Amino acid sequence: MPRTEIKIGGFGGQGVILSGYILGRAASIFDHKNATMIQAFGPEARGSATSAQLIISDEPITYPYIVAPNVMVLMSQEAYSKFSPELAPGGMLLTEEDLVATHNLRSDVKHYSIPATRFAEELGKRLVLNIVMLGFATAITNIVGREAARNAVKVSVPKGTEELNFAAFEKGYEYGLKLLKGEPEKVMA
Amino acid sequence: MHADPIGVLTGAHFIDGDHACSEGAIAAGCRFVAGYPITPSTEVVERIADRFPFVGGVFIQMEDEIASSIAIQGAVWGGKKAMTVTSGPGFSLMMEHIGFAAMTETPCVFVDVQRAGPSTGLPTMPAQGDMMQARWGSHGDYQIIAIAPNSPQECFDLTIHAFNLSERYRVPVMMMMDECVGHMIERVVIPEAEKIEVHNRKVYEGPKENYLAFEAGRDLVPTMVKAGDGYKIHVTGLTHDEKGYPNMSVATQAKLVQRLMDKIRLNADDIIKYEEENVEGADIVVVTFGITSRTAIPAIEQARAKGLKVGHLRLIVCWPFPEKRIRELAGRVKAIVMPELNMGQMVYEVERCAAGKCNVVSVPHAGGTVHQPKDILAAIEKSIRGK
Repeated sequence: MPRTEIKIGGFGGQGVILSGYILGRAASIFDHKNATMIQAFGPEARGSATSAQLIISDEPITYPYIVAPNVMVLMSQEAYSKFSPELAPGGMLLTEEDLVATHNLRSDVKHYSIPATRFAEELGKRLVLNIVMLGFATAITNIVGREAARNAVKVSVPKGTEELNFAAFEKGYEYGLKLLKGEPEKVMA
Repeated sequence: MHADPIGVLTGAHFIDGDHACSEGAIAAGCRFVAGYPITPSTEVVERIADRFPFVGGVFIQMEDEIASSIAIQGAVWGGKKAMTVTSGPGFSLMMEHIGFAAMTETPCVFVDVQRAGPSTGLPTMPAQGDMMQARWGSHGDYQIIAIAPNSPQECFDLTIHAFNLSERYRVPVMMMMDECVGHMIERVVIPEAEKIEVHNRKVYEGPKENYLAFEAGRDLVPTMVKAGDGYKIHVTGLTHDEKGYPNMSVATQAKLVQRLMDKIRLNADDIIKYEEENVEGADIVVVTFGITSRTAIPAIEQARAKGLKVGHLRLIVCWPFPEKRIRELAGRVKAIVMPELNMGQMVYEVERCAAGKCNVVSVPHAGGTVHQPKDILAAIEKSIRGK
């Protein structure tokens, strides 16, 4: 896999950094690729649009910052306005369907969306929306394997919440697979 | 000696450079840390505070950096391995006690996760602006060792190395990290305890009468005892004789300061550590350290793709400086290019060693982010066009 740049964005408190961390951990520890993660660290990490920047590659990672993300996972409107112009030409954009209105989207961008918050609410905890997004991103992008991602979820979430997080991951993953086959699951409103 | 398995979290981790530094310190046997938390080094002491209760260590959050930098030296004379952790503004406050550690030959580690200065500068953003301060910040003549890691893995490995050098030569050792390396999260593989080499200070176990605490043998490094073992010791920042007692004579000053310099200078070949790539036959050598070594690589690759013969020398140990090697290279290359996240500091050393034998090009940066590879590439191309 060549150098692939991923940016995950949302507002502080959505679990943006954790989802980036799990993806990086899946790649570097369980898929044996190289991964470098840099997180937004300033005041923006505490409430406004925040982001995790991740580089995954089979080659050693030299330049540590992302230049033009190939993949972007966005969970808030502010993050969309702020970050989406940075997407690399032909890049892939994954959004939370109900939280992000993708107006003025560039025509070269491949766009997929998922009502992750509603899925998370169905599972009983809105908090796991980031893990639903992670499952979705795993299925759509194939940057890390399903097992690697599940293993990374297992060791990264608080003890006692593994089953809930696995359910959230699988919900997002299955939805992603169906979307790729062109048959998205109907979402219960 | 090998690391005590109690402190070693063997396995593959996905952690940042600050946390890796904490794990390196614990693996090296550090059991006392005093600090006044400051961005971007806070995560180092946070992890130390979390982990120390499980390994029998003591962490104290001190009232300031001045107190932190002397508390660790008390712990060392009590027999512990100790470090303090800070960033620019705190590092400035520690200068007096860095000199004290050098003068009293107290082995200890100072971690400086560099952020952009001067003064409070850019607290959450990287720089490499404390490199000269690390070497020259305290008054008087002395030597220290400074190390610059470029990844979380090296933050682990080289923190162990920092403790080992410190114990071996009884000098303060500076871990010159930066915000980018400190907050970057990557895979860090921690080996099994028996595969981690740990060096401990030479301990004196002879008769108590006539013990000379600062008498050095051929390696110029005195043995140590710990306070409370029954030996008469006196530790002072004043010029002292071999007994450790103040002695205000020109001869004693000359002998002591000469030894403090020589124990590093004469062992420089053992201490100096750098890595080279494509340096043989190169027309241009890019000299880097820390995070800048990583931003330079794409530029070097692009220059080579354009047909330029460019090599790379990365300083791992920055102080003592590899004078001999830079002198040799300057005699046979056309140019040396030195990007650093400061307005030009280590490049003074390069210029001094090159002594006009080749073109030396500084690629300065005031900090806040890392170099764009294109700027380093432009400097590489200009370095031989200019001459």
